Amino acid sequence: MHGRPRKAPKPEDEAASAAKAQKLRALQTQFFSYHHNKIYTKEAVELSAKLLEINPESYTAWNYRKLAVEHYLSQPKSNSNSAKSILDDELRVVESALRQNFKSYGAWHHRKWVLSKGLSSIDHELILLDKFQKADSRNFHAWNYRRFVAELMNRSKQDELKYTEDMIYTNFSNYSAWHNRSVLLSTLLEKKAEGFLSKESVLPEEFEFIHQAIFTDPDDQSGWFYHLWLLDQTVKADSSLLVSSWPAHGSDVLVLGDRCNNGSAFSPFTTLQSNSGSFPIVLYFNQSVEGVSSSTVTVESGFNNSEDLVWKPLSLSNSQTAQVWVAHLKFPTSELHSSVKVSVGHSKGIISASGSQNSYPSIFSFKVHVQPIERDSSQGSVSESILWRGENFKVYGTQSEESIPIFSFDQLSMRNDHEPMASNWCAEALAKEIECFRELLSLMDCKIGKLTLARSLMVYDAMSFSCANKLVHSEEVLELYSDLMKLDPSHYSYYKDERSLVLLQQVTSSRESLMKHCFQYKDSVSSTICKPICLRLNHLSLSRMGAFEKLLWVQILDLSHNELQSIEGLEAMQLLSCLSLRNNKLRSFTALDPLRKLKLLRVLDISYNQIGEHSIDTTRYLCSSPLSHSVGSEWNNDETVISDVALINHWEAFFIFKELNLKQLDIVGNAIADEKFNSILVKVMPTLKQLDGELLD
Amino acid sequence: MGELAVDKHVQYILSVEKRKDSFESVVMDHLRMNGAYWGLTTLDLLGKLDTVDADEVISWIMKCQHESGGFSGNIGHDPHILYTVSAVQVLALFNKLDVLDIDKVATYITGLQNEDGSFSGDIWGEVDTRFSYIAICCLSILRCLDRINVEKAVNYILSCKNLDGGFGCTPGGESHAGQIFCCVGALAITGSLHHVDKDLLGWWLCERQVKSGGLNGRPEKLPDVCYSWWVLTSLIMIDRVHWIDKEKLVKFILNCQDVENGGISDRPDDAVDVFHTYFGVAGLSLLEYPGLKAIDPAYALPVDVINRIFFSR
Repeated sequence: MHGRPRKAPKPEDEAASAAKAQKLRALQTQFFSYHHNKIYTKEAVELSAKLLEINPESYTAWNYRKLAVEHYLSQPKSNSNSAKSILDDELRVVESALRQNFKSYGAWHHRKWVLSKGLSSIDHELILLDKFQKADSRNFHAWNYRRFVAELMNRSKQDELKYTEDMIYTNFSNYSAWHNRSVLLSTLLEKKAEGFLSKESVLPEEFEFIHQAIFTDPDDQSGWFYHLWLLDQTVKADSSLLVSSWPAHGSDVLVLGDRCNNGSAFSPFTTLQSNSGSFPIVLYFNQSVEGVSSSTVTVESGFNNSEDLVWKPLSLSNSQTAQVWVAHLKFPTSELHSSVKVSVGHSKGIISASGSQNSYPSIFSFKVHVQPIERDSSQGSVSESILWRGENFKVYGTQSEESIPIFSFDQLSMRNDHEPMASNWCAEALAKEIECFRELLSLMDCKIGKLTLARSLMVYDAMSFSCANKLVHSEEVLELYSDLMKLDPSHYSYYKDERSLVLLQQVTSSRESLMKHCFQYKDSVSSTICKPICLRLNHLSLSRMGAFEKLLWVQILDLSHNELQSIEGLEAMQLLSCLSLRNNKLRSFTALDPLRKLKLLRVLDISYNQIGEHSIDTTRYLCSSPLSHSVGSEWNNDETVISDVALINHWEAFFIFKELNLKQLDIVGNAIADEKFNSILVKVMPTLKQLDGELLD
Repeated sequence: MGELAVDKHVQYILSVEKRKDSFESVVMDHLRMNGAYWGLTTLDLLGKLDTVDADEVISWIMKCQHESGGFSGNIGHDPHILYTVSAVQVLALFNKLDVLDIDKVATYITGLQNEDGSFSGDIWGEVDTRFSYIAICCLSILRCLDRINVEKAVNYILSCKNLDGGFGCTPGGESHAGQIFCCVGALAITGSLHHVDKDLLGWWLCERQVKSGGLNGRPEKLPDVCYSWWVLTSLIMIDRVHWIDKEKLVKFILNCQDVENGGISDRPDDAVDVFHTYFGVAGLSLLEYPGLKAIDPAYALPVDVINRIFFSR
């Protein structure tokens, strides 16, 4: 019951209601008797109309009328004239039902059903719709029906586009009309219809149109999403593009066995310890792609056959589409120095979500130095245990290591020389939007103004025509998001998440800013400095993680003391072996799903989070499980001995941890972690050596 | 604002069944099966499912099943997928799915899939992404999702995706929070949420919160308690629910209670009904209101019911 005031019924109202109810029930009883006995006499059919007039939602009565129509049409004496008149009757019944209830699904569908018979005139339909749409310009049934009728009568998309324009000029605040405009415009652009050959020729006018709406009333949401869509259409590359990779172009990679290499001249940024006989190659694209395989990516090396490489999408579901792809390159057991050349997209087959082929092939190459594994090493493997204490981390580059070559910052992202040419008009369009929204903000303080400006500036900085990845506007954008958090506190966390992403872009935007977060690990136990660089992004009040394309090289990551409740996207960091998420806001184990893709992860600290505190799990469906049919039924035969009760209560921990090869885990300080739970964990993870700082037998 | 008037709501739900002589109750007669689902799920969330006679309910439900395998909204009406899902959900609530001839129900639903992957609501061919969700949810609860072409079903849903990240009834249809729940729910159950632009849709959804704290279903519309369900579930499934102000929403829902006679309405001081009572209580459960059982955002059943179905070996 929508919009009916609450009041105690008066006795006379109750009596009237009861009388009406009795009448309707009698009608319904009679109707059922006709329906169940397949009686389609004139009298019977008229009774169903009466019923529908009072209650258009009575779906069985609509079904009955369809049966009656089919019954008449199948009579031998029926001709097209009488058929038409029968169907016209139906249209009349629908019209009067719609007057009673404009939102009746049954009535609208009955009308479609009648028209689909192809015997009724459709000319009347647009006139009727016009009447309805003027009365309620947001009725989505009417708009759906309009699209159906326009299709049926082959009305041109241009005419319909004009209709949305008329509706919008009548009232800017008509989201339905803006929506329909976006649908029509996308189709026209896609078909390259006359006058819609390129975005360049269409979008500028659309921008002007939407500015009128937004400037008229910036708080009215009707134009917001259309504007964001236009912005996206302006800057979005249809074609996929390789953004970054690991190993980076031009880098020297040292792959070690399980022994420290002391005093080597290699950079700790690109030294990788691996005892699996292979190392990962990671491709990071600008958008999700499919079709990355040994036929679309060739890897030339002196020691491995490219065709043997299996490329896997780093997607959390079973999708064959992903923004990040990985393959594992096997290397021989003997000492080796070799260069590797990777060519991406030189043969067709890498396809973006919009269906376009990768038209910008990329090549990158790097050198690999393999030091053979020495089995007699008495020391444990490099990344086996870590004490996440502040005093164990020294800022990198302050001591003698300065002489060691570190990676070249520019190599972190690919150079895409071909891109700027394509985007002259979009640079102009974007600059114009920035100017326009600055003007809006000078007239009034409004959230959509600030938000749009912040988004536009970030996109502008990220575009390759701006000065090589220097985020010149990032301070201004951070300021805008801080303002928004105060201006619109209901959506505080939305702005905070966006702000975190900008902050991470800023941290990774230059060598200087990144180096401030690079540390060398040395604890009192290990005698040598042999661990890779640790990236510490702790105490930044991050609520969301990002900038992964710049962080593919990271092996030790400290994200402690932030406000993360998700680690979405972390699956891209394939080299991670140690990760601290201590003191964050993780709410459940399912939030750790990205970790399942990190095959090198050995040390994990998730202590002092909120796991077990919440009854609602916001990552329940972003995690592979039987609930979403994203794991097969083989889990049922899993040999792990945990009881059924434990499984029903702790399925999340079971599904996540059984796929991790952790040696060290810290979990203390979560509501869920008690002795009983820890005993389940130990059963699920036989590889575990240390739990909450205590060695396991 | 007070607290949740649990006892009043229980009384209200139990009384709705007995009030058969009002005009409203006759007008709603055809969707009694949905009503049963709303009322009984609410009772379970409130921890009071044992106040109803399960056998009586189940025997009535089974009287609504037709030869085709589908269920009608009430005795005498025609079968439709809308009521079939409610019948299955109520049986799951009572842990009585075993009274069903599962193959027969599955055959009914499977038969409603069209060549393009979409689903009709019944033999008369109305197509809507609501029916895609229902088919997928229902078959999944019955553990036979493999009976339909899931890939085509997913692709049809994706063809209804809009510029704003949301979804409509059919391709080209405007985004609507109810429809978004159906599409996101269907994608969640089929492990296909990677097709959703979570940030874009999340922004659209979180902007459904209006000044009063309530949520609307489309831009520039009035808030309504039922959107607490459609919007919250969608935000939860894509892990963006922290983008709204939960406390304000709790207050809005509690303000829609009829604290004297029980029941919850669409907006403060409007007439209550069982539909909004369910969506209000379920909304509070999603907001982790104390004392309520947790509800699963995709299957629209209590989490313990769903976990029992999927994790029992």
